[in-house]
Amino acid sequence: MNHSATAVMDPRHPMPGMQVYNLKLGMWIFLLSEVMFFTSLIGSYIILRFAHPEHWTEPGVILNVSLTAVNTFLLICSSVTMVKAFAAIEQGDQKGLKLWLLATILIGASFVGIQFFEYTKLIHEGFVPNFAAYTAEGANLYGATFYLMTGFHGAHVTIGVLCLSFVLFRAMKGAYTSESYGGVEIIGLYWHFVDLVWIILFTIVYLL
Amino acid sequence: MEAKEHQKQPYILIWVILLVLTLGELGYAFMDLPKIVLALGLIAMAIWKALLVAIYYMHLRHEPRRMWILAASPLPLAVILVVTVLTEY
Repeated sequence: MNHSATAVMDPRHPMPGMQVYNLKLGMWIFLLSEVMFFTSLIGSYIILRFAHPEHWTEPGVILNVSLTAVNTFLLICSSVTMVKAFAAIEQGDQKGLKLWLLATILIGASFVGIQFFEYTKLIHEGFVPNFAAYTAEGANLYGATFYLMTGFHGAHVTIGVLCLSFVLFRAMKGAYTSESYGGVEIIGLYWHFVDLVWIILFTIVYLL
Repeated sequence: MEAKEHQKQPYILIWVILLVLTLGELGYAFMDLPKIVLALGLIAMAIWKALLVAIYYMHLRHEPRRMWILAASPLPLAVILVVTVLTEY
Protein backbone atom coordinates (compact mmCIF):
# COMPACT_ATOMS: atom_id res chain seq x y z
CA MET A 1 0.00 0.00 0.00
CA ASN A 2 1.36 3.43 -0.88
CA HIS A 3 2.62 4.83 2.44
CA SER A 4 1.64 8.40 1.71
CA ALA A 5 -1.90 7.29 0.99
CA THR A 6 -2.04 5.48 4.31
CA ALA A 7 -0.50 8.42 6.10
CA VAL A 8 -3.17 10.70 4.71
CA MET A 9 -5.97 8.61 6.17
CA ASP A 10 -4.20 7.44 9.32
CA PRO A 11 -4.86 9.87 12.17
CA ARG A 12 -1.82 8.63 14.04
CA HIS A 13 0.60 9.94 11.44
CA PRO A 14 -0.43 13.56 10.88
CA MET A 15 0.84 15.40 7.84
CA PRO A 16 3.64 17.94 8.20
CA GLY A 17 2.71 21.61 8.37
CA MET A 18 -0.43 21.91 10.52
CA GLN A 19 0.38 18.53 12.07
CA VAL A 20 -3.15 17.24 11.62
CA TYR A 21 -4.39 14.97 8.88
CA ASN A 22 -6.09 16.49 5.87
CA LEU A 23 -9.65 15.40 6.67
CA LYS A 24 -9.53 17.12 10.03
CA LEU A 25 -7.82 20.24 8.74
CA GLY A 26 -10.42 20.52 6.00
CA MET A 27 -13.28 20.20 8.49
CA TRP A 28 -11.75 22.81 10.80
CA ILE A 29 -11.39 25.28 7.92
CA PHE A 30 -15.00 24.60 6.90
CA LEU A 31 -16.15 25.19 10.48
CA LEU A 32 -14.27 28.48 10.57
CA SER A 33 -16.21 29.62 7.52
CA GLU A 34 -19.34 28.61 9.40
CA VAL A 35 -18.21 30.78 12.31
CA MET A 36 -18.22 33.74 9.94
CA PHE A 37 -21.61 32.71 8.56
CA PHE A 38 -23.27 32.60 11.97
CA THR A 39 -21.36 35.68 13.10
CA SER A 40 -22.93 37.63 10.27
CA LEU A 41 -26.41 36.45 11.32
CA ILE A 42 -25.83 37.10 15.01
CA GLY A 43 -24.08 40.40 14.30
CA SER A 44 -27.00 41.60 12.22
CA TYR A 45 -29.39 40.49 14.95
CA ILE A 46 -27.52 42.53 17.57
CA ILE A 47 -27.44 45.59 15.36
CA LEU A 48 -31.11 45.40 14.45
CA ARG A 49 -32.06 44.93 18.07
CA PHE A 50 -29.98 47.93 19.14
CA ALA A 51 -31.51 49.99 16.36
CA HIS A 52 -35.15 48.92 16.89
CA PRO A 53 -35.59 47.65 20.45
CA GLU A 54 -39.32 48.24 20.21
CA HIS A 55 -39.62 45.32 17.76
CA TRP A 56 -38.65 42.82 20.44
CA THR A 57 -40.54 41.62 23.51
CA GLU A 58 -39.12 40.51 26.88
CA PRO A 59 -37.80 36.91 27.10
CA GLY A 60 -40.52 34.31 27.51
CA VAL A 61 -43.37 36.51 26.32
CA ILE A 62 -43.61 34.98 22.82
CA LEU A 63 -40.93 32.29 22.71
CA ASN A 64 -41.19 29.11 24.83
CA VAL A 65 -38.01 29.28 26.91
CA SER A 66 -38.61 26.10 28.91
CA LEU A 67 -39.22 24.01 25.78
CA THR A 68 -36.03 25.27 24.17
CA ALA A 69 -34.16 24.78 27.45
CA VAL A 70 -35.10 21.11 27.12
CA ASN A 71 -33.85 21.23 23.52
CA THR A 72 -30.59 22.77 24.68
CA PHE A 73 -30.26 19.98 27.24
CA LEU A 74 -30.79 17.43 24.48
CA LEU A 75 -28.14 18.93 22.22
CA ILE A 76 -25.61 19.04 25.06
CA CYS A 77 -26.36 15.36 25.76
CA SER A 78 -25.84 14.55 22.08
CA SER A 79 -22.39 16.11 22.30
CA VAL A 80 -21.56 13.64 25.05
CA THR A 81 -22.85 10.66 23.09
CA MET A 82 -20.88 11.84 20.07
CA VAL A 83 -17.64 12.15 21.98
CA LYS A 84 -18.29 8.75 23.55
CA ALA A 85 -18.66 7.29 20.06
CA PHE A 86 -15.32 8.77 19.09
CA ALA A 87 -13.69 7.52 22.28
CA ALA A 88 -15.08 4.03 21.60
CA ILE A 89 -13.64 3.70 18.11
CA GLU A 90 -10.32 5.14 19.21
CA GLN A 91 -10.07 2.06 21.40
CA GLY A 92 -11.33 -0.22 18.62
CA ASP A 93 -14.76 -0.74 20.22
CA GLN A 94 -16.96 -1.01 17.10
CA LYS A 95 -20.09 -2.01 19.02
CA GLY A 96 -19.72 1.01 21.30
CA LEU A 97 -19.24 3.23 18.26
CA LYS A 98 -22.50 2.02 16.69
CA LEU A 99 -24.53 2.38 19.88
CA TRP A 100 -23.26 5.87 20.71
CA LEU A 101 -23.70 7.00 17.10
CA LEU A 102 -27.28 5.72 17.14
CA ALA A 103 -27.94 7.59 20.39
CA THR A 104 -26.54 10.78 18.87
CA ILE A 105 -28.74 10.41 15.80
CA LEU A 106 -31.89 9.81 17.87
CA ILE A 107 -31.21 12.80 20.12
CA GLY A 108 -30.36 15.01 17.16
CA ALA A 109 -33.55 13.99 15.38
CA SER A 110 -35.51 14.74 18.57
CA PHE A 111 -34.00 18.21 18.63
CA VAL A 112 -35.21 18.85 15.08
CA GLY A 113 -38.61 17.42 15.94
CA ILE A 114 -39.04 19.68 18.97
CA GLN A 115 -37.95 22.68 16.93
CA PHE A 116 -40.52 21.78 14.24
CA PHE A 117 -43.19 21.53 16.94
CA GLU A 118 -42.11 24.90 18.34
CA TYR A 119 -42.36 26.50 14.89
CA THR A 120 -45.82 25.14 14.20
CA LYS A 121 -47.04 26.39 17.59
CA LEU A 122 -45.54 29.85 17.07
CA ILE A 123 -46.94 30.14 13.56
CA HIS A 124 -50.31 28.98 14.81
CA GLU A 125 -50.16 31.78 17.38
CA GLY A 126 -49.37 34.27 14.63
CA PHE A 127 -45.65 34.78 15.23
CA VAL A 128 -44.49 34.71 11.62
CA PRO A 129 -41.62 36.42 9.75
CA ASN A 130 -43.75 38.96 7.91
CA PHE A 131 -45.40 41.77 9.82
CA ALA A 132 -48.91 41.70 8.46
CA ALA A 133 -50.18 38.59 10.21
CA TYR A 134 -49.18 39.58 13.74
CA THR A 135 -50.67 42.64 15.47
CA ALA A 136 -48.66 42.67 18.72
CA GLU A 137 -45.51 44.81 18.93
CA GLY A 138 -42.21 43.35 17.78
CA ALA A 139 -43.42 41.25 14.89
CA ASN A 140 -41.47 41.83 11.73
CA LEU A 141 -37.86 42.18 12.77
CA TYR A 142 -38.31 39.84 15.69
CA GLY A 143 -39.92 37.17 13.56
CA ALA A 144 -37.61 37.57 10.59
CA THR A 145 -34.40 37.33 12.63
CA PHE A 146 -35.77 34.52 14.81
CA TYR A 147 -36.74 32.26 11.93
CA LEU A 148 -33.60 33.12 9.97
CA MET A 149 -31.14 32.22 12.69
CA THR A 150 -32.90 29.25 14.26
CA GLY A 151 -33.95 28.01 10.83
CA PHE A 152 -30.41 27.95 9.51
CA HIS A 153 -29.24 26.26 12.67
CA GLY A 154 -32.03 23.69 12.39
CA ALA A 155 -30.95 23.01 8.81
CA HIS A 156 -27.42 22.42 10.04
CA VAL A 157 -28.66 19.98 12.66
CA THR A 158 -30.74 18.14 10.06
CA ILE A 159 -27.74 17.82 7.75
CA GLY A 160 -25.70 16.64 10.74
CA VAL A 161 -28.25 13.91 11.49
CA LEU A 162 -28.13 12.75 7.86
CA CYS A 163 -24.31 12.70 7.87
CA LEU A 164 -24.26 10.83 11.18
CA SER A 165 -26.62 8.27 9.66
CA PHE A 166 -24.19 7.81 6.79
CA VAL A 167 -21.32 7.35 9.24
CA LEU A 168 -23.41 4.83 11.19
CA PHE A 169 -24.15 3.00 7.94
CA ARG A 170 -20.42 2.76 7.21
CA ALA A 171 -19.73 1.75 10.80
CA MET A 172 -22.23 -1.10 10.41
CA LYS A 173 -20.06 -2.33 7.55
CA GLY A 174 -16.96 -2.15 9.70
CA ALA A 175 -15.39 0.80 7.92
CA TYR A 176 -13.80 2.24 11.07
CA THR A 177 -11.07 0.78 13.24
CA SER A 178 -8.73 2.04 15.94
CA GLU A 179 -6.26 2.70 13.13
CA SER A 180 -8.62 4.54 10.80
CA TYR A 181 -11.42 6.61 12.30
CA GLY A 182 -11.05 9.93 10.49
CA GLY A 183 -14.66 9.94 9.33
CA VAL A 184 -15.95 9.63 12.89
CA GLU A 185 -13.72 12.39 14.17
CA ILE A 186 -14.69 14.93 11.55
CA ILE A 187 -18.42 14.33 11.84
CA GLY A 188 -17.86 14.70 15.57
CA LEU A 189 -16.20 18.08 15.02
CA TYR A 190 -19.17 19.21 12.93
CA TRP A 191 -21.68 17.99 15.48
CA HIS A 192 -19.94 19.68 18.41
CA PHE A 193 -19.78 22.87 16.37
CA VAL A 194 -23.55 22.72 15.80
CA ASP A 195 -23.99 22.33 19.59
CA LEU A 196 -21.62 25.23 20.20
CA VAL A 197 -23.62 27.52 17.87
CA TRP A 198 -26.86 26.59 19.60
CA ILE A 199 -25.34 27.45 22.98
CA ILE A 200 -24.77 30.99 21.70
CA LEU A 201 -28.10 31.23 19.85
CA PHE A 202 -30.14 29.97 22.80
CA THR A 203 -28.69 32.71 25.00
CA ILE A 204 -29.02 35.53 22.51
CA VAL A 205 -32.40 34.69 20.98
CA TYR A 206 -34.30 33.24 23.93
CA LEU A 207 -32.79 34.69 27.09
CA LEU A 208 -31.86 38.25 26.20
CA MET B 1 -4.32 11.23 20.57
CA GLU B 2 -3.29 7.92 22.17
CA ALA B 3 -6.19 5.62 23.07
CA LYS B 4 -5.01 5.15 26.69
CA GLU B 5 -5.32 8.92 27.19
CA HIS B 6 -9.02 8.44 26.79
CA GLN B 7 -9.63 7.14 30.25
CA LYS B 8 -8.61 10.60 31.55
CA GLN B 9 -11.08 12.52 29.35
CA PRO B 10 -13.49 14.43 31.66
CA TYR B 11 -16.43 14.08 29.27
CA ILE B 12 -19.07 13.53 31.93
CA LEU B 13 -17.70 16.28 34.17
CA ILE B 14 -17.86 18.73 31.25
CA TRP B 15 -21.42 17.56 30.56
CA VAL B 16 -22.42 18.30 34.16
CA ILE B 17 -20.78 21.73 34.02
CA LEU B 18 -22.62 22.52 30.78
CA LEU B 19 -25.94 21.53 32.34
CA VAL B 20 -25.29 23.52 35.51
CA LEU B 21 -24.35 26.56 33.42
CA THR B 22 -27.51 26.17 31.32
CA LEU B 23 -29.66 26.02 34.45
CA GLY B 24 -27.70 28.97 35.82
CA GLU B 25 -28.45 30.92 32.66
CA LEU B 26 -32.15 30.14 32.93
CA GLY B 27 -32.28 31.33 36.51
CA TYR B 28 -30.15 34.37 35.84
CA ALA B 29 -32.12 35.43 32.74
CA PHE B 30 -35.28 36.09 34.74
CA MET B 31 -33.67 37.96 37.63
CA ASP B 32 -34.70 41.55 38.18
CA LEU B 33 -31.41 43.14 37.09
CA PRO B 34 -30.50 45.98 34.72
CA LYS B 35 -30.59 44.83 31.10
CA ILE B 36 -26.88 45.44 30.50
CA VAL B 37 -25.94 43.40 33.57
CA LEU B 38 -28.19 40.58 32.41
CA ALA B 39 -26.75 40.69 28.88
CA LEU B 40 -23.13 40.67 29.98
CA GLY B 41 -23.68 37.83 32.44
CA LEU B 42 -25.59 35.68 29.98
CA ILE B 43 -23.10 36.24 27.16
CA ALA B 44 -20.21 35.43 29.50
CA MET B 45 -21.85 32.12 30.45
CA ALA B 46 -22.60 31.31 26.82
CA ILE B 47 -19.01 31.95 25.78
CA TRP B 48 -17.78 29.85 28.70
CA LYS B 49 -19.96 26.93 27.58
CA ALA B 50 -18.88 27.34 23.98
CA LEU B 51 -15.22 27.25 25.01
CA LEU B 52 -15.79 24.08 27.05
CA VAL B 53 -17.29 22.37 24.00
CA ALA B 54 -14.47 23.54 21.73
CA ILE B 55 -11.63 22.66 24.12
CA TYR B 56 -12.86 19.33 25.46
CA TYR B 57 -15.33 17.89 22.98
CA MET B 58 -13.67 19.20 19.81
CA HIS B 59 -10.36 18.12 21.34
CA LEU B 60 -8.64 21.46 20.79
CA ARG B 61 -6.90 20.59 24.00
CA HIS B 62 -4.89 17.90 22.21
CA GLU B 63 -4.25 19.77 18.98
CA PRO B 64 -0.97 21.52 18.13
CA ARG B 65 -0.76 25.26 18.84
CA ARG B 66 -1.16 26.01 15.12
CA MET B 67 -4.66 24.57 15.24
CA TRP B 68 -5.51 26.92 18.13
CA ILE B 69 -4.37 29.85 16.00
CA LEU B 70 -6.41 28.53 13.07
CA ALA B 71 -9.47 28.04 15.29
CA ALA B 72 -9.19 31.56 16.68
CA SER B 73 -8.59 33.19 13.30
CA PRO B 74 -12.21 34.20 12.52
CA LEU B 75 -12.69 35.92 15.88
CA PRO B 76 -10.97 39.24 14.98
CA LEU B 77 -12.96 39.26 11.75
CA ALA B 78 -16.16 38.69 13.73
CA VAL B 79 -15.35 41.56 16.09
CA ILE B 80 -14.59 43.86 13.14
CA LEU B 81 -17.88 42.90 11.49
CA VAL B 82 -20.00 43.59 14.57
CA VAL B 83 -18.17 46.76 15.65
CA THR B 84 -18.15 48.43 12.25
CA VAL B 85 -21.79 47.65 11.62
CA LEU B 86 -22.70 48.79 15.15
CA THR B 87 -21.35 52.23 14.31
CA GLU B 88 -23.77 52.41 11.37
CA TYR B 89 -27.09 52.56 13.18
